[in-house]
Amino acid sequence: MRWACIVFPHFAVDGVLRQRHPSARPLALLTGPAHKRTVHAVNDEAAARGLKPGQSVQAAQALASDAEWVEFDAAAVARDRELLAAWAYAFSSHVSLVFDDAVVLEVGQSLGLFGPWPVFERRLRQELTDLGFRHRLVAAPNAWAARTLANVHDGVAVDAPHLATALGRVPVEAAGFDANVAHAFARMGLKRLAQVAALPRDAVARRFPPDVLAWVDALRGRVVPLPLYQPPVVFDRRMEFDHEIELSSGLVFPLRRLVRDLAAFVRARDGGVQRFRLVFEHDRHAPTHLDVGLLAPERDAVRLLDVARHRLERIEVNGPVRAVRLVADDLPPFVPPSGDLFEPHAPGALTFDQLRERLRARLGDAQVHGLATDFDHRPERAWRPGRERNEPLAALAEARPGWLLEQPVPLRARVHVLVGPERVESGWWDGDDVRRDYYIVEADDGQVMWVYAAPGERGPFMLHGYFA
Amino acid sequence: MGAVVALDRLLADRTVWRGNAPPRTEAPAQPTGFPALDAVLPFGGWPPASLSEVLTACDGVGELALLWPTLARLTAARRPVVVVGPPYLPYAPAWHLAGVALDHVAVVRADERGALWAAEQCLRSSACGAVLCWPARATDQALRRLQVASETGQALGIAFRPERVADNPSPAALRLRVQGNPRRVQVLKCRGANPPAHSIPLPPFALS
Repeated sequence: MRWACIVFPHFAVDGVLRQRHPSARPLALLTGPAHKRTVHAVNDEAAARGLKPGQSVQAAQALASDAEWVEFDAAAVARDRELLAAWAYAFSSHVSLVFDDAVVLEVGQSLGLFGPWPVFERRLRQELTDLGFRHRLVAAPNAWAARTLANVHDGVAVDAPHLATALGRVPVEAAGFDANVAHAFARMGLKRLAQVAALPRDAVARRFPPDVLAWVDALRGRVVPLPLYQPPVVFDRRMEFDHEIELSSGLVFPLRRLVRDLAAFVRARDGGVQRFRLVFEHDRHAPTHLDVGLLAPERDAVRLLDVARHRLERIEVNGPVRAVRLVADDLPPFVPPSGDLFEPHAPGALTFDQLRERLRARLGDAQVHGLATDFDHRPERAWRPGRERNEPLAALAEARPGWLLEQPVPLRARVHVLVGPERVESGWWDGDDVRRDYYIVEADDGQVMWVYAAPGERGPFMLHGYFA
Repeated sequence: MGAVVALDRLLADRTVWRGNAPPRTEAPAQPTGFPALDAVLPFGGWPPASLSEVLTACDGVGELALLWPTLARLTAARRPVVVVGPPYLPYAPAWHLAGVALDHVAVVRADERGALWAAEQCLRSSACGAVLCWPARATDQALRRLQVASETGQALGIAFRPERVADNPSPAALRLRVQGNPRRVQVLKCRGANPPAHSIPLPPFALS
């Protein structure tokens, strides 16, 4: 195991600055109630003018009257933490936000994929800089050691044999202890972590809170379960346009962006998407909802877009579109279709499920169905359009026609009876009872039909099916 | 004389049509399940990866019974069968009794245009063993599309059409006419051979 710790020393400010054009104006984040506003964080220009966290807003304004004042937004910080965790999740499945101002990720198992550590480190730094976050980056054999070393180092990678030496040199006040504890150690004359580690355990346990010893143990590599980051289970993304989109062809581009994001999202979770909803927002009308359901979990962007576009063609959007939102909360595990390695496959060939998906998207969900038999004597109910389970039919003594008329019609042709009658009497318990005498009759031209009459009578006949 | 082509190859490629040519046996055969009919057809059954037409004067003279052995064989081999735009409800108990594995049957309901589109998609997809469709008023061009789609997707395309189109030319590789009273099937056209002069009797319906 090898852990990287990324500390963000200016997290809140960077979160604000990355959304703005670069400028040389001092900027300060303010927090606290209205009567006691204080500075929460400052940018470099403001720090150069003497502003620092904890100052009262009056003092800060006296130092830099031209500064920009921004309200500190804890929710935005939390969102940024999620963003960075999701970003780190692309490199490692072991990502934790257990430390307040840092992200730790296990990198030992990712080295095979992302190259040796110097290459990997450069890539991490480059992407973080692109995202707009200043950072310090340290690698160590365990997450706590990495976090502690990141307090005093940047760009250091420590191996297990050198860990004790490196940790031992860390000043006590930077070792991650509570301020009171660090102060107490300092007054005991302990300057470095090595001296703390050399103290007898029972003495430390008696004189300090238990988390001090736990912290030291964790630094030395005792395995402590780490709460790992889990990517969110819901995909919800919205795109707003500067102008209204009037033509459905104009929606294809934003749709493609959203569906690609969705595909990347489910792929990162190693899942698929079975159902998602598109919401088209309008300025003057109620939003249009479009539910897209698939037969099986899918995660291929091209296929998802194919289905979404066919669905979009079939609906009428309420008006010009101002924004599109894509919400997916049904994200089941993805089971890739198993294929035969040696099976010849024509280019452009589809699996049967993909084919049914395409037909459903164009013709409608109910227009494509399977066939199954059901236990019921009433002919209309002896079949189901399902495909889920196909019970073996109880041995039918009587012949049944290959074609059934969904609505029986009066029989007009001249016929003679071949077989019959067969009494069908059933369904009195559900109010849809049937009492009929069925006959198999043949017309002069050889057509064989399935007809019925009222019980005990031989006509007039109703035509219910064809033997074909 | 640079363009000398071996006669054998010309004949083997079937670019030259010969009456009573021996059938080419590369593609797997698609027997109809009726030995008397298979015996007169040049491929020993349905022409593989092609469109075939079944013409009837009216519904219910045995057009399904002609197909059921084929459908049973395909679905038993887990090859899906799609029924596109049937005129009536395919009645599951009878299809089941005929040996068709219903798990591998899908029914598509659509209007005439939608059905043509769906049939072409199914044939082209290479996912289907057979596609049944009812293009009653289809143009020659539409049938040609279905024929090409059958070749592309290596699927068996079956088009059920009314008897009155028998005199119109058709791109289908095989055209059969099913007649009742007595029940028999007549080969109107089969690519690769002369159609036999006599019609082939079909077994009567199993009615009890």
